[in-house]
Amino acid sequence: MTSASGVPHLPNLTLADRAYNIRRHALRMGEVQGQGYIAQALGAADLLAVSYFHALAYRPHEPEWEGRDRFCLSIGHYAIALYAALIEAGILPENEIDTYGGDDSRMPMSGMAAYTPGMEITGGSLGQGLTVALGMAMGLRHKNSSAWVFNLMSDGELDEGSTWEAAMAASSHKLGNLICLVDVNNMQADGPSTQISNFEPLGPKWEAFGWHTQRVNGNDIKALIAAFDAAKALDEPRPRVIICDTKMGKGVDFLEARERNHFMRVESDEWAKAIAVLDAGRAV
Amino acid sequence: MPLDKYTPRTVKLGPNGERLMTSAMIASIAGPDQRTAPAPFGHALTKLAATNPKIIGMTADLSKYTDLHVFAKAYPERFFQMGMAEQVLMGSAAGMAREGFTVFATTYAVFASRRAYDFICMAIAEEMLDVKIVCALPGLTTGYGPSHQATEDLAIFRGLPNMTIIDPCDALEIEQATAAIAAHKGPVYMRLLRGNVPLVLDEYGYTFELGKAKMLRDGPDALLISTGLMTMRALEAAKELEKDRVKVGVLHVPTIKPFDEATILREANRTGRPVITLENHTIVGGLGEAVAGALMRSDTRPTRFRQIALPDQFLDAGALPTLHDRYGISTSEVVRRVKAWLG
Repeated sequence: MTSASGVPHLPNLTLADRAYNIRRHALRMGEVQGQGYIAQALGAADLLAVSYFHALAYRPHEPEWEGRDRFCLSIGHYAIALYAALIEAGILPENEIDTYGGDDSRMPMSGMAAYTPGMEITGGSLGQGLTVALGMAMGLRHKNSSAWVFNLMSDGELDEGSTWEAAMAASSHKLGNLICLVDVNNMQADGPSTQISNFEPLGPKWEAFGWHTQRVNGNDIKALIAAFDAAKALDEPRPRVIICDTKMGKGVDFLEARERNHFMRVESDEWAKAIAVLDAGRAV
Repeated sequence: MPLDKYTPRTVKLGPNGERLMTSAMIASIAGPDQRTAPAPFGHALTKLAATNPKIIGMTADLSKYTDLHVFAKAYPERFFQMGMAEQVLMGSAAGMAREGFTVFATTYAVFASRRAYDFICMAIAEEMLDVKIVCALPGLTTGYGPSHQATEDLAIFRGLPNMTIIDPCDALEIEQATAAIAAHKGPVYMRLLRGNVPLVLDEYGYTFELGKAKMLRDGPDALLISTGLMTMRALEAAKELEKDRVKVGVLHVPTIKPFDEATILREANRTGRPVITLENHTIVGGLGEAVAGALMRSDTRPTRFRQIALPDQFLDAGALPTLHDRYGISTSEVVRRVKAWLG
C-alpha cells in the first residue's frame, strides 16, 4: 500500500522505527566494508527518518519525478547514512546492502549523483552543496514548482566561505523553498569543530544572514517534527535553516562512549555487537 | 618582472611622443582602424533567448563587463545576479542546469579558472551539466596585472574531463559560437572579447563549427596554427609577410577541446612546412603544447616547430600595446619572429 506520493505505508511503522531501521541498514553496510562514517550515520538517522518519512514528497519507484522534493547531500561521506534512508524509503533495494563500497556498486563510499537513484547531487567537496541547492531552488521557483529543496550539511562545512556566500545569496533571492539542515556533531577531520574554527554562536549567524533559524536536538524526533513543520509552514519569503545538534554513534552505547573521532574505528568483531546492542535497545 | 619598486621613475612616452595609458577594463581591444561589432555575445544570447525559453543568464557582479547586461535588460526575469561570489555563481548555475535550464554564467576568466575551479569541476563538469561559462579578459587583454590576466585558463580547463573549450577570434565567431554552444549538450568554457569587438573573419567567408579547425588562407612557407585573438594577429602578420614574398598559411583552431587533430595533422603533413603556433596564453599547456602532442603522437615531424605564446611568468601591468610588444603577441612581433625563424 502506498500513499498519494507513493511512499510505502508499512504497517504502523513509527518514525522511531524508521530511524532504527536506518541505523540498522547503515551498520550492516559498515560491516560489509569494515569501515564507513558510521558514527555520523547513527547520529543523523533521526533527522533522516523525519526527512524521508515526514517531510519529503517523493515516489520510490520514480526517483526523478518532477514534483519530488529535492534532498541534497552536501556531505558526501555521509552517503552510508543516506543509502540507509533510501533503502528504508524503497528507492534503493535492501538486497544491495552487501555491495556497499564494492566495485561497480551503486553505493560508493562518497555520494555521487551519477551512481545512485535518489542522490540528487555529487557531494564530498565540502561547501558546495548549499550553492547547488540554492540554484535548484531558484530553478524550481522559475518553473513555478512548489517542490522544496533540502540541503544536508555538516558543521565542518561552516568553515567554507562558499557556505556563507550561498547563505547570503539565498537570502538575497528570498528563497522560501529552501531548507538547510546543519548536522552539528561538533567533530570534523582534525578534531572538535568548535575548536578547529569556532562557528558559535551559530543560530545568530544564520539569523544575521536573513534565514529563519531553529536549533533543535537532532536526536529528538518530536522536536525535529515540530521544526520541519514550522519551517514548511512559515509564510515568509526567506530561506530556512534547522540546526540539529546530534550525538555521534547515537543508539549504540559503546560507540556513543568511544573516544570521539571523525572516522571512528570499529573492530571487525564489533559490527555484529553493535547491531545486537541496537536491537536490544529497541526491544526495551 | 617589474623594476625594483624603490627605483624612482620618470614618464615614459610612446613612439609618437604620446602618453601611454593602461587600457580600462571595459576598453575594446580593437585597433583604431579595425571594423567592430558591439557586444556580440550579449546580442547573440538575447536573440537566442527569444526562441529558447530555457536560456538563463547568471553573473557574479560582472554583467556589464561581460556584455550580459544586454540579455539582462531584454529578459530581466531570466537574469540572476549572484553577487561577487564566483563559487556560488558556479554552484547555483549547476543547480539551475539540474532543473533543466541552459545556463550562461559569466565572470572574468581569472575568477572562473582560479577561484571557482573546484565548483566547475565537481558541480558542473563531473555531472555533464548544461552550463556555459563565458569569461572576459582572457590571456593578456588587460594591463591590470596578474590579478586580472588569465594567462593559464586554457591549461587549467584542458585538464578537466567533459569540458568543451572555445577561444573565439572576433565578433562574427562569438556570435556563431554562442548559438553553437547553446545547442551543445554539456559544459563549455568560452573566452570572451567584449565591448566593441573586432570583425575580421567575415572577409574569409568563415563559419564557426564546434570542434572544427579551419584554413583561412594557405601558403607554402609556414603553417601558422592559431586560436582566439591571435588568429587576427596571424592574418595581419600573413599580409605583412606577403609583402616580403613570404607566404604563410593560417589554420584557425577556435575549439581547444575537443581538439581537431585530424585537420591539424592533415595540414601539418601536407607540405612538411614549418609549424608555428600562436596563442594569447602561457606557453605552458595551451594550444602550442596541444599541437605538439598531436604531432608527436602521430609521428608527424614538421621541419620546424615554434610557439608564439606568453612566457611562463606573472606579466607586467601597463598599456596593452606595450605589453603585447613586450611579450611577443603584437602583429609586428609576430612578423619579426616568424621572419627570424624562417631565416
